[in-house]
Amino acid sequence: MITTPYFRLRSSVRTLNRVCFALVVAAALSLLWADLAVYPVDPWHELARIGRGVILPAWDEPRVLAESLGQTVAFALLAVVLAVPLGLLLAMLFHWRAVRYFCAAIRSVHELFWGLIFMQLYGLSATTGLLAILVPFTGVFAKVFAEIFEQQAHAPGQTLSPSLGTLKRYAYTLIPQSWSALLSYIRYRFECALRSSAILGFIGLPTLGFHLETAFKQGQYSEAGALLWAFVLLIATIRFWMKPVLLPFYIGLAIWLLPETVGFSNGGYLWQFVSVDIWPEPLRDAQWGAALQWYTTMFTDQVWPGLIQTLLLTQIALVLTAVVVLATYPFATRVLGGPLVRWPGRFLLLILRSTPEMVLAFVFLLLFGPSGLPAVLALALHNGGLIAFLVANASDAEAGGRVSRPDDPKGLLRYAYIETPRRFPAMLAFLFYRWEVILRESAIMGILGITTLGFYIDSAFEEIRYDRAFLLIAVTAILNILVDATSRRLRLMAHADTARR
Amino acid sequence: MSFLSRAMAVVMLALPTFALADTFVFTAIPDADESRLQQRFGKVADYLSEQLNVDVQYIPVKSYAAAITAFRNDQVQLAWFGGLSGVQARRLVPDSEALAQGYEDQFFKSYFIAHESAGMEAGESLSDALKGKTFTFGSKGSTSGRLMPEFYLREQFGAAPEEIFSRVGFSGDHSRTIAQVQSGAYQIGAVNFAVWEKELEEGKIDTNKVKVIWTTPTYPDYQWTIRGDVDARFGAGFKEKVRQVLLNMNDPDLLASFPRKSFVPASNDDYGPIESTAKAIGLLD
Repeated sequence: MITTPYFRLRSSVRTLNRVCFALVVAAALSLLWADLAVYPVDPWHELARIGRGVILPAWDEPRVLAESLGQTVAFALLAVVLAVPLGLLLAMLFHWRAVRYFCAAIRSVHELFWGLIFMQLYGLSATTGLLAILVPFTGVFAKVFAEIFEQQAHAPGQTLSPSLGTLKRYAYTLIPQSWSALLSYIRYRFECALRSSAILGFIGLPTLGFHLETAFKQGQYSEAGALLWAFVLLIATIRFWMKPVLLPFYIGLAIWLLPETVGFSNGGYLWQFVSVDIWPEPLRDAQWGAALQWYTTMFTDQVWPGLIQTLLLTQIALVLTAVVVLATYPFATRVLGGPLVRWPGRFLLLILRSTPEMVLAFVFLLLFGPSGLPAVLALALHNGGLIAFLVANASDAEAGGRVSRPDDPKGLLRYAYIETPRRFPAMLAFLFYRWEVILRESAIMGILGITTLGFYIDSAFEEIRYDRAFLLIAVTAILNILVDATSRRLRLMAHADTARR
Repeated sequence: MSFLSRAMAVVMLALPTFALADTFVFTAIPDADESRLQQRFGKVADYLSEQLNVDVQYIPVKSYAAAITAFRNDQVQLAWFGGLSGVQARRLVPDSEALAQGYEDQFFKSYFIAHESAGMEAGESLSDALKGKTFTFGSKGSTSGRLMPEFYLREQFGAAPEEIFSRVGFSGDHSRTIAQVQSGAYQIGAVNFAVWEKELEEGKIDTNKVKVIWTTPTYPDYQWTIRGDVDARFGAGFKEKVRQVLLNMNDPDLLASFPRKSFVPASNDDYGPIESTAKAIGLLD
């Protein structure tokens, strides 16, 4: 905890400005070295086909579509149901540094890479899919729950007998105090889990992403369009079908819907993977010179260049994400958008956050040619759409409440002097959370010829070189822990809490 | 699998899931048209089941890496691999064996294709005009979209692709390679010849915009590979039986899934050139 000295004015404006300035400078410097070339292209034939597919979606096998929708929900639901208690438990121990690092490490690995790792151990099975979502989500829940607890008033806790244990303290004060914040966060994460579950189809689980990736790869855009629309509908209607009373029923249904595991029986592979596969051969043979050579080569050929590319693109994408948020969120709010603009605005944000980055990146690749530019745009639009949605929700929650006055200004003035300043700390906090995500998602850059860390990790899995994959994932995890620590510090500096509206 | 064992998958996450021990499982990734895999290869499974008198199941996978993993884990015992993925898989599973390859796979080849803006003409060899252009491979683990094109690039220019071209991408798929070069997103691409011919036939390619500028020499590609321990599990002579059944597959409907004219015998030695090429460009140690 950082305590603010009392002699300084407790205004967050200056620190907020300073943090923003630092981020913008970092992005501007990144622009100097980042690879953002634009190539002359001829995209209209392909773009017209994509457009036709989106406008005229078609799917001739309703059963397959229904099954993959069901399995997308099943994986997401079961993973969240299991991750919440685990995350809660870890959140109670979050004052231990080891727990914090452990959580940062498990959430720093992309679901897709967790999927690939667990596939080595459990084959293509329901277990692999569940764990791939469950593990990183547990880390995220632990972190966010701990932050929510941190923001609660301490007074109720002081009324308890000092002899009570930690568990009872949480059960009688902190958890009831933060109940609504916890629930709303879990609801939001469920939506994220649906996205993750769909994306896991890209590596072979029978969720929506499985068919989406195939249709998209084969250029069958009307089928890809149908799947995208189905996914958008699924996300848009969550609040109509996800009722707490129906939860037990849904859990039963989800277990029944899980795909069968076909022909996997080799459980003894775990040890081989942990003790042999992920370590380079010279290290296993205790040839220290050769091992050092292996690590040096990896560092100069992949780790270092990958690290630089990843950071350059991440910093630019981060600032661009903020720009997207500031430009789009007002259209989705009650007070700024008004009834006429609000629904189209919310719809736009829904589309942005439901379209996988891979799809966006491909469209921008067609438009601008291969460079970092499509990646940055795809990351900024997807994450910007997501944060703008959260910011707009925060605004709507406050609309007509205690803090509104009859003489509040309207339109642009209201946007510039009331809404944006009030939303800004929360927006910054969301942005810091997404910082890690943007870093992880750099794995999509392969099609663009940008050699980020994610690109090398993907290559290592493709070449069945788990020793390389393990080293690169470890580096990514360390980078993520550093980013996490930095964003924690910046957030404290800027008082950018989501709860203190 | 019953509800109970599915529930077990959730409850006992730490334990390996239960399996149908005496089911013979195979996987296949065709080089073109990956849609409706389950339906199309379900028919192949029925054929195999009928001929082999064992329960046969097909599982769809998304990538060569996933197919290799499943093969190594013994989740599948038989797989339709690409040239490179077959070599990788056989290195990981001792005694595994290439059984049969497609008729076309005896003399497979790749095309280098160029967008009209690159101003390239078809030639006898890779021309120096390629230098400095943008270039995309297919998937990272593909024989025809990555391994062989990279080998011939290195042979011609004596340099890594990243040094020859101003940018090197991996489209992930042959159809994507064609789409990306046709739209000018990349100027040059390397693509599986069979996929190119198929899309040309289907009218998906505008030859005013994209054309073939060089054809690689031929090399062996896709093949059926089986694990070495199947005889112990499914009875003596099972491996040979599988080979015969594959070679006898002559229903055009089944063969269209791959898509191949027929299957011919193959052996591990047929893929020696692929293995040495992969070693030469650093894809295998």
